[in-house]
Amino acid sequence: MSGLINSSLRELSAALAAKKVSAVELATLFLDRIEKFNPALNAFITLDRDKTLAQARAADERLKAGTGTTPLTGIPLGHKDIFCTRGWRTSCGSQMLANFVSPYDANVVEKLAAAGMVTLGKLNMDEFAMGSSNETSYFGPVRNPWDVSRVPGGSSGGSAAAVAARLAPAATGTDTGGSIRQPAALCGLTGLKPTYGVVSRYGMIAFASSLDQGGPMAKSADDCALLLNAMAGFDARDSTSLERPTEDYGRDLDMPLAGLRIGLPKEFFGAGMDADVRAAVEAALAEYRRLGATTVEVQLPNSGLSVPAYYVIAPAEASSNLSRFDGVRYGYRAPEYGDLTEMYSRSRAQGFGAEVKRRILIGTYVLSHGYYDAYYLKAQRIRRLIAADFAEAFKQCDVIMGPTSPSVAFAFGAKSADPVQMYLSDIYTISTNLAGLPGMSLPCGFGNNNMPVGLQIIGNWFGEAKMLSVAHQYQKATDWHTRMPEGVK
Amino acid sequence: MTRTTQWEVVIGLETHAQLQTKSKIFSGSSIAFGAEPNVQASAVDIALPGVLPVLNREAVVCAIKFGLAVGARIAPRSVFARKNYFYPDLPKGYQISQFEIPVVSGGGLAIRVGAGETATEKFVHLTRAHLEEDAGKSLHEDFHGRTGIDLNRAGTPLLEIVTEPEMRSSAEAVAYAKALHALVQWIGICDGNMQEGSFRCDANVSVRPMGQKEFGTRREIKNLNSFRFMQQAIDFEVQWQINEIEEGRAIRQATVLFDPDTGETRSMRTKEDAHDYRYFPDPDLLPLEITEDWIAQVKSGLPELPQAMKARFEADYGLSSYDAATLTASRDMAAYFEAVLAAAGRENAKPAANWVMGELAARLNKDGLELAAAPLSAQQLAGIIRRIADNTISNKIARDVFEALWAGDGKDADAVIEAKGWKQITDTGAIEALVDEVLAANQKSVEEYRAGKEKAFNALVGQAMKATRGKANPQQVTDLLKKKLGA
Repeated sequence: MSGLINSSLRELSAALAAKKVSAVELATLFLDRIEKFNPALNAFITLDRDKTLAQARAADERLKAGTGTTPLTGIPLGHKDIFCTRGWRTSCGSQMLANFVSPYDANVVEKLAAAGMVTLGKLNMDEFAMGSSNETSYFGPVRNPWDVSRVPGGSSGGSAAAVAARLAPAATGTDTGGSIRQPAALCGLTGLKPTYGVVSRYGMIAFASSLDQGGPMAKSADDCALLLNAMAGFDARDSTSLERPTEDYGRDLDMPLAGLRIGLPKEFFGAGMDADVRAAVEAALAEYRRLGATTVEVQLPNSGLSVPAYYVIAPAEASSNLSRFDGVRYGYRAPEYGDLTEMYSRSRAQGFGAEVKRRILIGTYVLSHGYYDAYYLKAQRIRRLIAADFAEAFKQCDVIMGPTSPSVAFAFGAKSADPVQMYLSDIYTISTNLAGLPGMSLPCGFGNNNMPVGLQIIGNWFGEAKMLSVAHQYQKATDWHTRMPEGVK
Repeated sequence: MTRTTQWEVVIGLETHAQLQTKSKIFSGSSIAFGAEPNVQASAVDIALPGVLPVLNREAVVCAIKFGLAVGARIAPRSVFARKNYFYPDLPKGYQISQFEIPVVSGGGLAIRVGAGETATEKFVHLTRAHLEEDAGKSLHEDFHGRTGIDLNRAGTPLLEIVTEPEMRSSAEAVAYAKALHALVQWIGICDGNMQEGSFRCDANVSVRPMGQKEFGTRREIKNLNSFRFMQQAIDFEVQWQINEIEEGRAIRQATVLFDPDTGETRSMRTKEDAHDYRYFPDPDLLPLEITEDWIAQVKSGLPELPQAMKARFEADYGLSSYDAATLTASRDMAAYFEAVLAAAGRENAKPAANWVMGELAARLNKDGLELAAAPLSAQQLAGIIRRIADNTISNKIARDVFEALWAGDGKDADAVIEAKGWKQITDTGAIEALVDEVLAANQKSVEEYRAGKEKAFNALVGQAMKATRGKANPQQVTDLLKKKLGA
């Protein structure tokens, strides 16, 4: 049965359907692995064996009855702790919500539960999704299963580490500036950020509302397609959710690559990318050409402005989104305070970590009277320029490729003292969030210290099925995505 | 030299009208008044982590109705913004409002200042009207020194209606507020209940030397929840500002509160401690798009507006401007009046107007009733008016019939007249016999009259009327008496 830890979701689904394994057995298999390996990794921060097994039993009932099942029924997964999960602590990686048990389910949680998936637990993350290394979590950093002295990436670091260590077959993540793709790259996974509006944000604790998107993190494109089918769809409770016909995101998986035009932005291949990352990405591109694709150079002239624009817009929205954490109705309240102002300032000063406070300060500043036009409005204009650049590039190609992250997983503390260095680790991923485009990362080899390297694919708006097909064809020809860290075998 | 010739008062009003939707502006919770604290507060209203606002289109319909009713421009695309500040009854730490692009801009209201036929008319221009959500309430009593928070009101839809600084007296301000109050109820977007806070006004008040172009520094009087308080507060504030300036002190921009107990305004905060609200477009909400079709659809459902109805009453029924304005002060009253006319006939428009504005209004006032709760139907009142017109009863008897019907004593005027035997005696023979009797029985009055005492004649009329318990036609009695006495 332990062979199942490397199985694809389709294989698990088939095993469950054929009664070769029960949902309870599958959940127990992963819960036991969590018990064994999680203390060293700190990927899961909330577990509730009884709840998990109760869900698994319910899934077994469904499988037994044979009605209302989906390909995901009985398959366990972990949820990033940014998703409100009824009856489970939902902390968002912060002391501010360390005591918050959600009374409701996020739309994503609801949909995956409706599909019959079983919740293994809640996954560690950078505090309020602000970070690229998982070092900002109130619950301590997550460790990279490929090398526990290194970061797993962030902010969905717990999700990435859990799947990489085979503590879960799949996990949910969220991506505001690269928070699914960068940890997927650093942990050797496949992760997908959908087009803005494809997955409902209802119940996903907001960081930067106009950039946040939930998405799947798993071992392969095929797994991601199955998960996205269950996660996507219009939700009337999210005004930015898009009303579109239901699609099967896996419909083009078997489409051959012949004739595919891959755009390579020269801005993504300049200085700043480590040589080992470049080598792996170039090798992946060579493999694509071998499989029948052609590559064409495209230009994204404004991409250099994406990091500064992002660090105006995201903190601005965050400064307002995080105002509700005031100690009044739920969450952390300072034990001692004199008056109302002091209650606010102490609760927030104590309840939030340094990076969150830094971004609230930046956001408050850029929205202030007299600075709004110079920062926020200008950043919004840049955002439109970046989107226009992509629209232009997609006239010449079907997908865009490049590195996901400029380096492989770095050591703890390597960038945490210098916020700007940390922010630059998202340099290749941020522009897709600003443009609202879908993007994904898939493993394409190993770099220095035998750490995984991620290849980024950026699709056109609503090009998820195309991206997944392009990734799947590569994964049929390569086996990077099947590799597993030694330490957790 | 009086001050009023020296200083000009400048007033602009901001009114928050609570919209009569079934649910809140960004959540599905009820907005009914008076529920136990926090029972009408959903996950969205208490701003749990992860929740999102969804615009209630009913609130937008209210805004469109208002825009149409005041002849304003309705923006094809308006934007919801976040107004950021911390307060315990503001769960998200920001209020969703409209800032740069409001849904309604321009337009205005015709107001009547003063009473009766001497009232003057004025048109007050509106700057804008925008949609926003209300905050909750902080409860400072009964919590052992702590503050309680009730979020039932949080998210209640409001239309904030802002005028140009065009009013020049407290009387004008009150007249505007009353006209607006009537209009929002007329078009059915607000219940107008000022005690429950459904309609609350803030007044921006400044003074300047008569003839000066620039405005003086203004102070904003917050939360005026009655027309009387508005008048008192503005009058006090104006006098206070004039005194300050005349004593050499400059006015500082401030927000002030009116204390009804002392009749004074006092400063709450000055501009120096004003918030920087850090407005920015709410990324959780798409811009509000209003199509021409939507506007046309709302327009087709709008009732006839008071100004149009007033003009029609003057033109079609020959009513005076004052009568027409009074009868169109509320939609209920106008509807009642038209129902009376429908049953009594258009030729009775003037008596019908007099009865509705006079006897009926007075009786409602006496019983503290709203028109909708009047025990007397428009058809019943029309029945009375018809019987006056055809001389079946006198005006005096008519008031008794009115009282009887008001008390539920009879199904209509005819039934009351029949049951009580109040039919006016118009048979000349019967009246003549009666007059003879009166003359015979009151020889003293007859002599006095003949001696030149005019008063004695009135006594004889009175005796004749008394003998018929008021049923004789007074004109006939008078004519006959004069004839018999050879006058």
